[in-house]
Amino acid sequence: MARQLMKGNEAIAEAAIRAGVEAYFGYPITPQTELLEYMSRRMPELGRVFLQAESELAAINMVYGAACAGRRAMTSSSSPGISLMQEGLSYIAASEVPAVIVDVMRGGPGLGNIAPSQSDYLQMVKMAGHGDFKPIVLAPATVPEAVQLTGLAFELAERYRTIVTVLLDGVLGQMMEPVELPPMRPLPAERPAWSLTGAGGRAKNVILPFRMQPDDLETLNVRLQRKIADIAQHETRYKEYLIDEADEPAELIVVAFGTAGRIALSAVKEARQKGIRVGLHRPITLSPFPDKRLSRLADEARGFLVVEMNAGQMLEDVRLAVGGQAPVRFVGRMGGQLPMPEDILQAIEKLDAEAGRLLDHKIEGPVTLLSTARLQRRQTVN
Amino acid sequence: MIPVEPFAEQVVFQRPRALSAAPTTYCPGCMHGVAHRLVAEAIDELGIRERTILVAPVGCAVFAYNFFEVDGVVAPHGRAPALATGIKRVEPDKIVFTYQGDGDLASIGMGEIVHAAARGENLTVIFVNNAVYGMTGGQMAPTTLPGMKTTSSPLGRDPRSMGRPLKMCELLSQLDGAAYIARRSLHSPAEIRKAKKAIVEAFKTQIAGRGFSMVELLASCPTNWDMKPVDALKWIETHMVQVYPPGDYKIKAEGQED
Amino acid sequence: MAKGHVLIDFERCKGCELCASVCPKGGIKMSEQFNAKGYRPAVWLNPDGACTGCALCALICPDTAITVYREVVPRMAVVKAAHN
Repeated sequence: MARQLMKGNEAIAEAAIRAGVEAYFGYPITPQTELLEYMSRRMPELGRVFLQAESELAAINMVYGAACAGRRAMTSSSSPGISLMQEGLSYIAASEVPAVIVDVMRGGPGLGNIAPSQSDYLQMVKMAGHGDFKPIVLAPATVPEAVQLTGLAFELAERYRTIVTVLLDGVLGQMMEPVELPPMRPLPAERPAWSLTGAGGRAKNVILPFRMQPDDLETLNVRLQRKIADIAQHETRYKEYLIDEADEPAELIVVAFGTAGRIALSAVKEARQKGIRVGLHRPITLSPFPDKRLSRLADEARGFLVVEMNAGQMLEDVRLAVGGQAPVRFVGRMGGQLPMPEDILQAIEKLDAEAGRLLDHKIEGPVTLLSTARLQRRQTVN
Repeated sequence: MIPVEPFAEQVVFQRPRALSAAPTTYCPGCMHGVAHRLVAEAIDELGIRERTILVAPVGCAVFAYNFFEVDGVVAPHGRAPALATGIKRVEPDKIVFTYQGDGDLASIGMGEIVHAAARGENLTVIFVNNAVYGMTGGQMAPTTLPGMKTTSSPLGRDPRSMGRPLKMCELLSQLDGAAYIARRSLHSPAEIRKAKKAIVEAFKTQIAGRGFSMVELLASCPTNWDMKPVDALKWIETHMVQVYPPGDYKIKAEGQED
Repeated sequence: MAKGHVLIDFERCKGCELCASVCPKGGIKMSEQFNAKGYRPAVWLNPDGACTGCALCALICPDTAITVYREVVPRMAVVKAAHN
């Protein structure tokens, strides 16, 4: 298969088409709209369903309907739109029907801006809607990886009958990279036995997003939690760079996902050249989070540096995983700003110096090295 | 001895096949029960039970999936038309209908119902208008009549500050996508017969693929209107019918392109 | 006139009285007894045998608790004529 230069949003759309998506419902919102536009061209070409809904709220409920009919369905949006979808996501989770959501994050909160950000980590990973449920969240760092994870998203959604979110930011959505597209997957002939296709020659199927009796709802919740644990055991994915170096294993671990992970890698390489034993751990599944792996790394590591494009959200999960065994520092940029490699390199060097001392168990607040410094300077000025 | 013909009787009225035998959760005298039966009768007569899919609302009819012998799902409050759109788009040969109350359709779900109609989604909406939020205990709805006391308009609905009744048939019939929009009442056997015909017509519209169909049914809520069921039906006749005149609001002829 | 026969499901009826209110012959009254749910169900008395099986009661019943039968008139007439 030839490699072709594709924009992230469009590559994801084509990947979903090749994964056999049968219905796409969406709504325009930067920086994700090209995905919708691409679908508006391609889906009708293939005789599949495309519909631009009146709102993201309607779009997610159309996905819910199509999923109940046993069809591969998806939507895509960006931060504010995802907030509108949260009610629907919670209903889909309670109904245990598969659905794929693509969230191309933008600056927040509020209308924020259309610049890239990772400030919806907690929204997607921890609180995708009311009630105890967690979607699987896949975080690509490159366009080829986004293509691969989109295909995986549909598989996991169906295998576990859950929501799978492909979580990226505007950088990845908008940039172009050479990708090799997977072959077209034939559409399934039959529908799942539980799906709503008309009670022809069988008892009626009913899909409910609620259980009136507390013990029934608890039973449902226990099943959902067991599923989350099962997913954590089998589907946790991450990639590591320059950590298990034979002779010089990393003593400092940078943890970063998506675009921030990509930027952090160049800083890590630079620090290695300066003789600092540092490596990068890049979670690919944010949910299930690779906490066990990080906890094991914390047995040896002298310190952790979390790099994010937000105020420090995955930071909390890394802290939980490290459990105070080593200092956890943070470099973050907000408002759609990107952390630069030199900022990260500076933080690595500071950590290297600082973490050289006895293990420092004091867990500080979310120290955003750069932003706080800038804030302090601003306070002193006015 | 002349052979005596055994005493022969013919059933003239019985439970329709598409209506399950489960006892309903509705209050005594609530006309949801009649609305359910009429829809089930229409489904039986049109022979579509095995390819019909129900999208139930949030409200008193949230348990409708128990009372119809068809595949069903419960939508978030107000979102039934969106779910139905999703189902119908991927299963165009199935008969998809939503069953919604006035709070569900005309309040929180207004966006969804207007756009489903505007798109001319080939699905059927059964809209039960009893002028209050029943399930939650009788609050004011967009269809509450001016001056009508409810638990959230205790001094009566004041049109100046609480809005005026939302007339859904008049509203949706303006949309080109709407193929069949009718309002009927359920306040007497004669009206119930007319309602049945309109419901059959709505499903026929969908079967023929002519686009969006809706039947609004004026119904009573004895519990929350604080009336005996018989008086509640009377109240529909003497009060609701004036504000919500039954009639055909849109009938797109066969083949008439918009 | 045809003769009607009405069955009211004693346990399913919620005693809303709508059937009684529409019966043109006053053939339905509310029972003195309670059913399992504590409602006083409607009872088909048809005191003067005037029920014609018009099914108005069933039409308005919100709980589909009423089943209505109607005699098949023509055959009965033939048999009667032959007797007298």
